[in-house]
Amino acid sequence: MGEAAETVRQARLADLRRYLAEAEGFGEEAAVLPFGTPAIDEALPWQGLPLASLHEIENAGATDEDGAAVMFLAGILARLAPARPVLWCLQRPDLHAPGLALVGLDARRLVLLRAPNEREILWAMEEGLRSRALAAVVGEVEALSTPASRRLQLAAESAGVTGFVLHRSATHAVASAAVTRWRVAALPSVPLTGEPGIGQPRWRVELLRCRGGMPAAWDVEACDAAGHVAVSAALANRPALQHIGTRGQISAAG
Amino acid sequence: MEGIAPGMGVADARALDPTLLVEEADFIADAAALTKLATWCDRFSPWVTPCGADGILLDVTGCAHLFGDEAGLARQAVTRLARQGIEARAAIADTLGAAWALSRFGRSAALTVPRGGVRQALTDLPVAALRLEPEIVALLERLGLQRIGELYPLPRAALAARCGDSVATRLDQALGLAAEPLSPQSPKPLLWSRRSCPEPIATAEAIAAALRELLQQLTRRLGEDGLGARRLSLAAYRIDGRIERIVIGTAFPSRDTRHLWRLFEEKLEQIDPGLGIEDMVLTAESVENLTAAQLGLDGDAARSNSTDLAALIDRLANRLGMRALARPVLRESHIPERAVRFIAPLAEPQTPARWNAAQLRPIRLLPRPEPIEATAPIPDDPPLLFRWRQRAHRVRFADGPERIAAEWWRQDSKTGSGPSAPESRDYYRVEDEEGQRFWLYRAGLYCPDSVPRWFLHGFFG
Repeated sequence: MGEAAETVRQARLADLRRYLAEAEGFGEEAAVLPFGTPAIDEALPWQGLPLASLHEIENAGATDEDGAAVMFLAGILARLAPARPVLWCLQRPDLHAPGLALVGLDARRLVLLRAPNEREILWAMEEGLRSRALAAVVGEVEALSTPASRRLQLAAESAGVTGFVLHRSATHAVASAAVTRWRVAALPSVPLTGEPGIGQPRWRVELLRCRGGMPAAWDVEACDAAGHVAVSAALANRPALQHIGTRGQISAAG
Repeated sequence: MEGIAPGMGVADARALDPTLLVEEADFIADAAALTKLATWCDRFSPWVTPCGADGILLDVTGCAHLFGDEAGLARQAVTRLARQGIEARAAIADTLGAAWALSRFGRSAALTVPRGGVRQALTDLPVAALRLEPEIVALLERLGLQRIGELYPLPRAALAARCGDSVATRLDQALGLAAEPLSPQSPKPLLWSRRSCPEPIATAEAIAAALRELLQQLTRRLGEDGLGARRLSLAAYRIDGRIERIVIGTAFPSRDTRHLWRLFEEKLEQIDPGLGIEDMVLTAESVENLTAAQLGLDGDAARSNSTDLAALIDRLANRLGMRALARPVLRESHIPERAVRFIAPLAEPQTPARWNAAQLRPIRLLPRPEPIEATAPIPDDPPLLFRWRQRAHRVRFADGPERIAAEWWRQDSKTGSGPSAPESRDYYRVEDEEGQRFWLYRAGLYCPDSVPRWFLHGFFG
């Protein structure tokens, strides 16, 4: 009798866990895109970037045009469902396709949408996230309100498309339904020994917020031609790496 | 006013009634009003054109069943126009000439001639009904030929010899013995569906319901013909005579009621029903062949993926315009502004994914290079310091120069904000102290007499 009750209890618990996982948008079959860089993947509860959900990426560069955050994003897109198109919604038409191609993002996959304001961008993102045809939707948005983030997250879950909100400038972060929030800025390059000029470009990548995970930060080498970032051995010993997995060192507002 | 008729002199008319109000005729405004009225009439047939100074011509082939029969159509046209305060006469016949004659000289305000009955119907009408010049009419009358029927037995050659070719031609056209080309106001659409509202409708729900019904009718017919619509227009005829129109377009032919409905739904609020809408007409202005296989019914995942994409593009384009959407393709040009070409979002790119991986190109490119103040020690060196948008950047590392020559064979290649003559650029990739990486260039070749002009063009990651 007690054994039967225990079985029922276990079954109910399993149901409940499944229900919660699904309610959060991570069913058992939820797809994940690993960064391929153990240091980063291990900091994420899913061992990579969960797809079919919303992510925010903030450009922490000195100007809105700075390329580090957008290139970090392009590297992710290059490796995400490479056969499918990406809808990129923007207001300022300064995205340069040859630059995207350098990190492996095939320009032919891009569908660019130029919208007159952020309201239309959010509308278009939601439409895109509900379309099964796409791999991902990117929206260059300055201010993402909490309700808007919730709408986008729900839309992303509904059709399995991954959404990225690219903040071109550091904005005051409000409560967001996005699963992760990243901040990327360029770091001075490391000169290559014996060669003049710009060396290996590097970035500071911060995981500001992560559902079910802890903030972290890394100094990485910029995306290679296949869209991978690398925490190189030479960099791994640098002090910045102390941030990994240490709670509270990085505040959400930065 | 009794006795006053078109064509009468003002003095004669004044003699009949001294209180007569006289105004200059405005033929241009009349013609404009007639064109507007013709547009109003396209609820009866999609094929409408003004005809002469006072007529409107409709090709009602295949339209009459929507009004019961041809007599019903003619009657409705006259009563609807009367409600607009316009006195009109209508006639439906096999030929344009006969309809013209009967609408002006027929016995009733709305009449129809049964198929093959033209000869009979025209017999008693005056020869003026043949659309002839007044002199010719006068000549025929002098010859004692008053009625069209009296011309029937006469040899055509004799008629032509006495009165000119026009009589024979007009007679043959009226009788359907000679062809008469027609030119419609708008190109003839292929398919349409129409809904007449017994009570004028004004609420958004009622309009939506009517549109859904029209869409179902139309998509069914498209399906029967194996067609898909590329452009649909909805005309809502208000009781005050105004017409509200919305148009939707699709990137691929579609007869998916749900998809087309979503495109319309976005724009339906643009329809101002005023006091009410009495008729709604949905027209497929542009259609293309669409087979079941193209619809992805064969379970082809890739194809259904492309229809999904087309559906998305349609929704985006219908709200933001087709011009808001583009697909970049790389092109073999060294000029950075010309390295990307934009094609329609659903066009198949025919270019390679990349053309030269060895060339480092920025990920953001300013639409116009922005002038910067730069301090460079030697002409051929990258700057040590530059100022852009009121901010100074100290250069730590630099690569370059990469000389990009103007495409001298292109007369129109204006290199950014430089002078109109094509000039080469020396590009440098530089990194400032914070690590931000820029793409700068010096315009033109070094010239000792002038201060070099520097520009910021792009940003690297």
